[in-house]
Amino acid sequence: MSTAIPLIVFTVLWGGVGIGLPFVVPKGPNRGIIQVILILTAATCWLFWLCCYLAQLNPLIGPRLNRHAILLMAREWGDKINSSVTI
Amino acid sequence: MGSLFRSEEMTLCQLFLQSEAAYACVSELGELGLVQFRDLNPDVNAFQRKFVNEVRRCDEMERKLRYLEKEIKKDGIPMLDTGENPEAPQPREMIDLEATFEKLENELREVNQNAEALKRNFLELTELKQILRKTQVFFDEHEGGVNPTESMTRALISDDSIARQGNLGSVQLGFVAGVILRERIPAFERMLWRACRGNVFLRQAEIETPLEDPSTSDQVFKSVFIIFFQGDQLKTRVKKICEGFRATLYPCPEAPADRREMAMGVMTRIEDLNTVLGQTQDHRHRVLVAAAKNIKNWFVKVRKIKAIYHTLNLFNLDVTQKCLIAECWVPVLDIENIQLALRRGTERSGSSVPPILNRMETCEDPPTYNHTNKFTSAFQALIDSYGIASYREMNPAPYTIITFPFLFAIMFGDAGHGLLMTLFGLWMILKEKPLAAKKIDSEIWNIFFGGRYIIFLMGAFSMYTGMMYNDIFSKSFNIFGSAWKIHYNSSVIYDEIEMTLNPSTSDYSGSPYTFGLDPVWQLSKNKIIFQNAYKMKISIIFGVLHMLFGVVLGLFNHMYFKDKIKIICEFIPQLIFLCFLFLYMVLLMFIKWLMYYPTDDKDKITYSPHCAPSILISFINMVLFKEPNKVEDCADYMYNGEMGIERFLVVIAVICVPWMLLAKPIYIMRNQKKSNYMVSHEQMNAATENGDAEQPAHNNTVHRVEGGHGSHAEEDLGELFIHQGIHTIEYVLGSVSHTASYLRLWALSLAHAQLSEVLWQMVLSKGLKVQGFEGGIALYIIFSIWASLTVAILVLMEGLSAFLHTLRLHWVEFQSKFYSGIGHGFQPFSFETILDSAATQTADE
Repeated sequence: MSTAIPLIVFTVLWGGVGIGLPFVVPKGPNRGIIQVILILTAATCWLFWLCCYLAQLNPLIGPRLNRHAILLMAREWGDKINSSVTI
Repeated sequence: MGSLFRSEEMTLCQLFLQSEAAYACVSELGELGLVQFRDLNPDVNAFQRKFVNEVRRCDEMERKLRYLEKEIKKDGIPMLDTGENPEAPQPREMIDLEATFEKLENELREVNQNAEALKRNFLELTELKQILRKTQVFFDEHEGGVNPTESMTRALISDDSIARQGNLGSVQLGFVAGVILRERIPAFERMLWRACRGNVFLRQAEIETPLEDPSTSDQVFKSVFIIFFQGDQLKTRVKKICEGFRATLYPCPEAPADRREMAMGVMTRIEDLNTVLGQTQDHRHRVLVAAAKNIKNWFVKVRKIKAIYHTLNLFNLDVTQKCLIAECWVPVLDIENIQLALRRGTERSGSSVPPILNRMETCEDPPTYNHTNKFTSAFQALIDSYGIASYREMNPAPYTIITFPFLFAIMFGDAGHGLLMTLFGLWMILKEKPLAAKKIDSEIWNIFFGGRYIIFLMGAFSMYTGMMYNDIFSKSFNIFGSAWKIHYNSSVIYDEIEMTLNPSTSDYSGSPYTFGLDPVWQLSKNKIIFQNAYKMKISIIFGVLHMLFGVVLGLFNHMYFKDKIKIICEFIPQLIFLCFLFLYMVLLMFIKWLMYYPTDDKDKITYSPHCAPSILISFINMVLFKEPNKVEDCADYMYNGEMGIERFLVVIAVICVPWMLLAKPIYIMRNQKKSNYMVSHEQMNAATENGDAEQPAHNNTVHRVEGGHGSHAEEDLGELFIHQGIHTIEYVLGSVSHTASYLRLWALSLAHAQLSEVLWQMVLSKGLKVQGFEGGIALYIIFSIWASLTVAILVLMEGLSAFLHTLRLHWVEFQSKFYSGIGHGFQPFSFETILDSAATQTADE
């Protein structure tokens, strides 16, 4: 499912930062601080991404666009306008 | 080394120092900067202490150095600051230093005095020169006269009186010449006229070049004047007036030949004076240049000596006068370093008896010492400005390193503005050393520079959130391809002005934009409706999690201090209250996101947007036990059994309130009663065992003691109840108001996005629309306006406002959950801080 791929990719990515990296932090006086920084960064960034993704997963409203924007979208983002009905 | 999570473990130590070694040892400790000495003679005033004489001598030396520094600055000689840090000199070197400074000061004062005298002389001569030059003009104006006096007579007295003059005998006209400040001339003139009834004749000429006043060394403008009058009476009057106006009078010979001769003499004397003055200045300059090379060094030395004696004054002398006793707070982990420093000091002083450092037991609160580095110190400063942590309390600073920039970024989310901020922070970090060495005095700059790591992180997180909001200077990127497609045919498009894409059709591809908001929203008319719903939800989600995090940190505090009662009577009900009400609301948000989807299918209408409930309203209904509003075709609840679960959650959460309020005081009360009972019981037993006539009396005393004790305990309990009540109310009301308070994340982020969009539309897009080559010029100007407004308003002002809101969220919403912050800071005796504060003080002056 194409929906799940980003979910897995980003979870693994931030999971790696937040869970994997803290283990390989070199020993030293600041090890604890660096671990906390990594974990919190990963947690906040992942959750922020997740919220953004889920909020758009099942859109309850669609964007309202003016004609100008629609024509531009069609041209620039590659959805050819179906001109089967002649004007 | 200690970590930042809790403050360092401290211990009170007693330090015995051999009298001879004390100076060297304290000097070493000052270099180390890890020891906070306590004043052992607080009731002895500053003048009765042992080393008051030495401190005074240091003050005197410092005064002399400041005098030198002032003179150096006056001459604009650069002071050499090698940045080296000389060690505190031996006490015997102090005499040498004193002698050096004394000699320098005397020399300088003498040179200055001479210079002043010479300058005064010079001024007089210049004025005389000017008088001779200017008066020459007055005299020359009447060439025709046989002698100047006669010509003047003619001017003053009318012709017929001249005729009579012969009879009366020749009247000698006298004159005085002098110099006066230019602004005094009008008053001077009026005064002369009035006092002499118009019988004097005043001529004046301005001296073009300003003259230097030797006493104040200001530049002043002066005028030359010459007054003609008749008779001695007027002469005295004129002279008095001149005196009154502080005019300086100079002798001026009448005959032109004499005047010429005098002028020549004056010129040669001026030249001589000039050479002498030049030599004096050279000498002064040489002395000052020599002093300027060393002055910073000397300052450091003198300040160090003074600090050492000041510290020694805090010590106690023991009875034999052979050793000094000090008490100090030291970090437990650094005791070895301190021992080493003490040993170095002893070796340097050549003393044979090593100093002794004993740990002491104390019931005093130790100071809070957080070992920070250049990265963490700024974050620690943010926390400390709210309140210094109590001893060994959880320090919020390590978590703030990330949560602070992140919450800031939620409000400031714009990748473009974030990039500007990141680059500024990065520049300061990369140029750290040269910038720090510059020692810029501007306060605003120092705030920015001190917070360079915060600024960098805030910028970096703003870029991330900006990418998430897909907002780069109010424009979006379409990197992964929008999830929304246009499937209309041209006729539809040309008919309608606006159209809404329908998510339940193939307009929406089914899987959302991969990273951040879909770029289509930036173009759409109903962007705000969508973004409001999204941003409000994330504000609450992150707010609740942030508060929950604070509550959990409180658990670590209770665990560390082994406070079981607080865990059971405070932490657990707090956690339940927050989770069952607010975390549940967060859960509902996720359920809503996942459960309702766009569909036009009539069978699935209960899951369609039509039936999606408002989370806020269902949350309010849940707390108030109200039935949800009925909507046609829709289910009343989001899932089966929702009503039961919600009622259960609310009831438990409400039960938590009296739990928080009463459990702890009642527990303590019962404990007290039990112990009281046990005490009295034991005493009773003892009494019965002794068992005779003594008993009633004995019993009485016991009762009295108990009664007194009881009332005291009751008072305590009353206080406890009130305290707990306040605490509970604060928490319960706080969780509601604090949750709402996190909505500022949404509000500010919305405001920021709107402002940057307005700026784009009102300014830059106007420039982009101009055609032809004029467009280039217009765009050039408009872009510069847009860029400066972006930096000034969107990055600086909005950044500041977002910063302050983030600070509030941390201080109030986050820290109130676990942080008491009633400690006192560790102020070690350290030369570094002493020298820094002295340097900033002089800079302020």
